[in-house]
Amino acid sequence: MPMFLREASLKRHTVLDLLFRNLTRVSAFGVLVLLAAIIGSLVVGSMPTIHAFGFGFLTSSDWDPVNDQFGALIPIVGTLVTSAIALLIAIPVSFGIAIFLTELSPRILRRPLGVAIELLAGIPSIIYGMWGLFVFAPLFAEHVEPWLSDHIGAMPYIGPFFSGPPMGIGMLAAGIILAIMVIPFIASVMRDVFEVVPTLLKESAYGLGATTWEVMWKVVLPYTKVGVAGGIMLGLGRALGETMAVTFVIGNAHELSKSLLMPGNSIASALANEFTEAYGELYTSALIELGLILFFITFVVLSLARYMLFKLGQREGQVS
Amino acid sequence: MLSLYTRRRIINAVGLAISMLAMAFGLFWLCWILWTLLEHGLPALTPLVFAQMTPPPGSGGGLLNAIAGSLAMTLVGTLIGTPIGILAGTYLAEFGQRGWLAPITRFINDVLLSAPSIVIGLFVYEIYVVHVKHFSGWAGALALSIIVIPIVIRTTENMLRLVPTTLREAAAALGAPQWKIINFVTLRAARAGIITGVMLAIARISGETAPLLFTALNNQFWSSNMDQPMANLPVVIFQFAMSPYEDWQKLAWAGALLITLSVLTLNILARVLFQQKAASH
Repeated sequence: MPMFLREASLKRHTVLDLLFRNLTRVSAFGVLVLLAAIIGSLVVGSMPTIHAFGFGFLTSSDWDPVNDQFGALIPIVGTLVTSAIALLIAIPVSFGIAIFLTELSPRILRRPLGVAIELLAGIPSIIYGMWGLFVFAPLFAEHVEPWLSDHIGAMPYIGPFFSGPPMGIGMLAAGIILAIMVIPFIASVMRDVFEVVPTLLKESAYGLGATTWEVMWKVVLPYTKVGVAGGIMLGLGRALGETMAVTFVIGNAHELSKSLLMPGNSIASALANEFTEAYGELYTSALIELGLILFFITFVVLSLARYMLFKLGQREGQVS
Repeated sequence: MLSLYTRRRIINAVGLAISMLAMAFGLFWLCWILWTLLEHGLPALTPLVFAQMTPPPGSGGGLLNAIAGSLAMTLVGTLIGTPIGILAGTYLAEFGQRGWLAPITRFINDVLLSAPSIVIGLFVYEIYVVHVKHFSGWAGALALSIIVIPIVIRTTENMLRLVPTTLREAAAALGAPQWKIINFVTLRAARAGIITGVMLAIARISGETAPLLFTALNNQFWSSNMDQPMANLPVVIFQFAMSPYEDWQKLAWAGALLITLSVLTLNILARVLFQQKAASH
């Protein structure tokens, strides 16, 4: 190739490089703009309630559209409690599933079983909701809740959480359905990260005489803790903001009750139920502020998880 | 007092037994939910479902307008979200080693990935629906595209990171400029993974209900105008399932089966595709 042609081509490529790099950069920057726009629009939308109630909105359990009195305490508590129940069930189960899929399952079954668990994650949340309302809740009310209130309801300390009429729908039912929904998320992330552990590392541990459980607990888990925490974070984020499944089974009652068997409300279900029917500026604005709070909670949870990972990584660096 | 060896063996056996139970626990729910869907959905899934519009309570009808609306909004949402997601993901994987933008974007993308979809619906309501003063199919598609973007960014970045650096170095050593390396070497090597990501994103949004509640809302009639409120399967299912009318509930089950089948098919298809690609390398 003649010299001048090569130079022209070089120049062209430099320009194209620059263009391409900036195109991708602008797209990445778009994500920041998107986040800013979401927060901005929610803040603007909730201004009327912020002016009217200030911080009292967070601690008040009023919800009276007729008299324009609004407080977010009940939905906030409902969201946190249902997500906590979900994680409490989902984390150990997911860990078990991930162990089974990476270490115990026969090789032929490994893939189909893994796909089956991932399919559980693919089922849309509205399906969980319908199933929960029409199938799960009646059975739950008939068989599980009477047992819970008879046996655990009488215990000191934890008793009040499990006493009450068996209605099927309620905070506990919502938490359990959320758990089923987040299990596949957490489990498939755990499995994926367990699979990237170098075989050499595992074989060395086995070679030293470690049992399968010890290899998982003391070699694989520490090696993959960043990914495992990431999976749990993903599950929690999903549980906090899950709308449709919860809306079907939580009962949508603006009541604060100690018992997990009673109906409650979560932020997302309040929004789904009331937003399109909200009348008046303050009512709409109160619901938007609920959305803002939900977004804020998710944001804080994810940031905390990130910070924890950072700390864990640092400690790991000091030990070795 | 058990010997250390026996104790370790017992712990091992108990741990593994519990993990098997956990697996059975997971599969149990999947089978139960699918069984329920088939049990209620199959009898309701008649050809009329695909031929007629959503009915008023008390008369027969189908889900044709809802199916068409869902397809249209999913398509537009994917078309908007995918290119942005791939470009941003490419930035994170290929140019993101230095500077402040990449780590912050990655972090924020994580937040958006887990962001409650109902908040996305609120956002689109605030920036779009409030201003045009009516619900519309475009608003629904916009909300769906905002859900697609973070998913595609994440998979694109992950897949590009799996491409060995030596491949990039080999291309660079041959004198290829960076845009060519990325477009013709790394993105191509990661293609199967990225397509899988896009398909999973489609599967995700085709079942999303929450963001459509405040954006596309619903429409009882046929609508090919994206600027009007648009019927869509998830919202119709929600409305019909919560209603006290028997024939509406039946249609809701039919729609639920339909959505689940298409989402699961997409999921399986994405996996088969990815596996074939991986095998041919």
